[in-house]
Amino acid sequence: MLGRIVYFLCLPSVLAAQLCKPNAAEGFKVRLSIKTALGDKAYEWNRNQRFLFQAAIAFAMSHHLDLEFNVSNVLVCDETPRVSFWFVVTSPGDPSRLVGKESVELAVRESRDRINNVLLLNDATLEFVGVLPTLVAPVKPATPPWLIVFGVVIGIVGAGIVFLLVSTVVQKKRKEKEVAEEEEDDEEAQMKRTARNEGIYNTSFSEDDRNTQM
Amino acid sequence: MGEEKNSATEERPKWDNKVQYLLTCIGFAVGLGNVWRFPYLCQIYGGGAFLIPYLVALVFEGLPLLYLELAIGQRLRMGSIGVWNNISPLLGGVGIASMVVSFLVSMFYNTIIAWVLWYFFHSFQNPLPWSQCPLNDNLTGYSLECEKSTPVNYFWYRETLNITEDIEISGSLQWWMVICLATAWSVIYICFIKGIDSVGKAVYVTATFPYLVLTIFLVRALTLPGATDGLQYLFTPDWEILKSPQVWLDAATQIFFSLSVAFGGLIAFSSYNPERNDCERDALVVGITNSATSLYASIPIFSILGFKARTGFNTCLEENILTLTNHFDIAERNMTLENYDQWFDYLNLTHPGEISSLPLRVCDLQEFLDQSASGTGLAFIVFTEAVLEMPGSQVWAILFFVMLFSLGLSSMFGNIEGILTPLKELKLVPKCLSHEVLTAIVCLVSFLVGLIFTLGSGNYWVEVFNSYVGSVPLLIIAFCEIIGVAYVHGMKTFSEDIYFMTGRKLNIYWKACWMVISPLLLLVVFVAYVALQANAYPTYPAWNPDYDKFPQTEPKEYPKWVFGIIVLLIVVPVLSIPVVAVYNLICCGIKRSSANVSPNPYNNEAFEIETQERRKQSI
Repeated sequence: MLGRIVYFLCLPSVLAAQLCKPNAAEGFKVRLSIKTALGDKAYEWNRNQRFLFQAAIAFAMSHHLDLEFNVSNVLVCDETPRVSFWFVVTSPGDPSRLVGKESVELAVRESRDRINNVLLLNDATLEFVGVLPTLVAPVKPATPPWLIVFGVVIGIVGAGIVFLLVSTVVQKKRKEKEVAEEEEDDEEAQMKRTARNEGIYNTSFSEDDRNTQM
Repeated sequence: MGEEKNSATEERPKWDNKVQYLLTCIGFAVGLGNVWRFPYLCQIYGGGAFLIPYLVALVFEGLPLLYLELAIGQRLRMGSIGVWNNISPLLGGVGIASMVVSFLVSMFYNTIIAWVLWYFFHSFQNPLPWSQCPLNDNLTGYSLECEKSTPVNYFWYRETLNITEDIEISGSLQWWMVICLATAWSVIYICFIKGIDSVGKAVYVTATFPYLVLTIFLVRALTLPGATDGLQYLFTPDWEILKSPQVWLDAATQIFFSLSVAFGGLIAFSSYNPERNDCERDALVVGITNSATSLYASIPIFSILGFKARTGFNTCLEENILTLTNHFDIAERNMTLENYDQWFDYLNLTHPGEISSLPLRVCDLQEFLDQSASGTGLAFIVFTEAVLEMPGSQVWAILFFVMLFSLGLSSMFGNIEGILTPLKELKLVPKCLSHEVLTAIVCLVSFLVGLIFTLGSGNYWVEVFNSYVGSVPLLIIAFCEIIGVAYVHGMKTFSEDIYFMTGRKLNIYWKACWMVISPLLLLVVFVAYVALQANAYPTYPAWNPDYDKFPQTEPKEYPKWVFGIIVLLIVVPVLSIPVVAVYNLICCGIKRSSANVSPNPYNNEAFEIETQERRKQSI
């Protein structure tokens, strides 16, 4: 009788040992790089952290298959100092049967983000060997930022060109008016002076150039 | 006395002050080549040892040519066409050749500035767009082309250029490149809108800003890890290499193209000077500043390249460490960069079979340092990759591209001046066209023709123009210039001109250079250059994703029609020299102009030199 009790008590762990082994057909190898991810704030991998991991996987399985998975359904074995280990998932209804690899993979991919966050890691530092990380498409803003910068630059340059051209035209017009006024003033001033001196302005030389032509 | 103010002729524009003139000349000489060509040459030709042929070329070829152009422009006070027509109508073609070369060069040079602007616009993003690969079409992985090469390469070849595999496949106009090119030409136009009044003000910024950025980079780069590796690599002299003639040839061509002589731009700039200006000192200042800038620029560039090599080497080692850690399930951080070698030896002893089966990379720092590049490869691939590793990448990227933009812009000023001033002297332009409208037309025409470089195959065409327009024609023009001044104009007349301008007698060194050494040197360089080019059929590196050795570029031969265009590009600019000479010989007879300056009705300068000498004697 005692022997039978011992047998039945030991059966789960023996079964577990047989179900979960390195390179198991339905199992996954997991690698954690806690120090790389967290540096000084790295936690030590111990029984409690493992429990958290198992709980996260159980959550992922429950969420994906809509069945009730328990922490005891996730078996972990072959832990190494690297912090890597193998895990398998047993079916909630029949603990001696393993859940298929594909289901586990899909469940993990679906809840990858939650599993990562629970352990304070990311896709690179929590590695499920064989499961491709889900690629996040880079955020594409409505207007590419480079067009905005381009718009600013071309706006300033364009405004500058228009301003300079307009100012040149305005300056030219003002100069023409001034020169015309000066010429008129010259003649007028001269005539006024000769009139004051009671003379008559002899215009025969007024067209002479200041300098002799070559 | 000496006044050329005549109510009939327009007053020649002049510089506000000497500083503007010097900055413009320095800006013209100091260009992109100082930053991305000289450090590369220094590196491949044995570091510190390269300085010897470089300095020899500067002293015997660069400075004499520079002094000649500045002096002749200042004395005759005309652009390149007017100056050579004045010396002898037979040499009139030299000016036209300069103008054509300036036009062709400005077209492709501004395309490079457009590329710089594109990268500048993209530096305002976080993360920088050349740091990641984009996803492929069905979002299952990264784009294949990007995976095989690097994100930086992908961004340059695919997202910037959208390059085709072959120069014959033109592709279509890339709209983003067109608008960048339009921006570049608009900036040029706004700087030239008032002639040298606006250019003179713009150079205060464009000529000095690169030095500021280089200093900032110098300080930053020297504090980066691996900087000393780069500097050591750059300056370690390899004296053996001086025995190879290729080094001397490259030094001579580098100094020649670096000083931007034979474009006509320097002649135009110095023609706006007052007549009595010490052009000898100006030439020395510009020439020495140009070479000093090259040296100064190579220090931060190579510090950063050293940093990049060190980072690449560390990344390579860390990849190996990860592979080994994962395979042997060693605890994290037990194997580090420092004890990697010991661990590796230990593992190799205990598990040799497993080690050989693992995909371990061979990490060699020398190999990373050897990944040098020059030209656009340095700026847009190597440097952008280095910037990604530096903290605060956006700031460094923005600074770097603004510096490249300033360098390119100040060189463009010289190119455009080399087109506008001779164009006005050709008298083909009707008087009613004001300066602003003429500049706008020149910019517009250059922009429209430059659209060739915005096609898919644009980069290949830039390479064609860069290698062939900016080389052989310039050598020929410079040779004709020296011969023209030394023998046609006459050394005696030129000595008197220089005495008039600087108040000093011409040093025997300059005379020796102009009459013998420089023409000889130019001839040797020209012959060697042509011989080297003719040695092998010209090929170009094509970016072909289907190439079996991709991501290496595929060397392809130029098709026959492109080769024909290359020959045209070399021949057409210099064609004007013999054509004009023959035309003048036949039509007008050989008439050497007796007066060197157009007669000035108010001053017969025949007594100027005499009175000066008498004054000297009386002292």
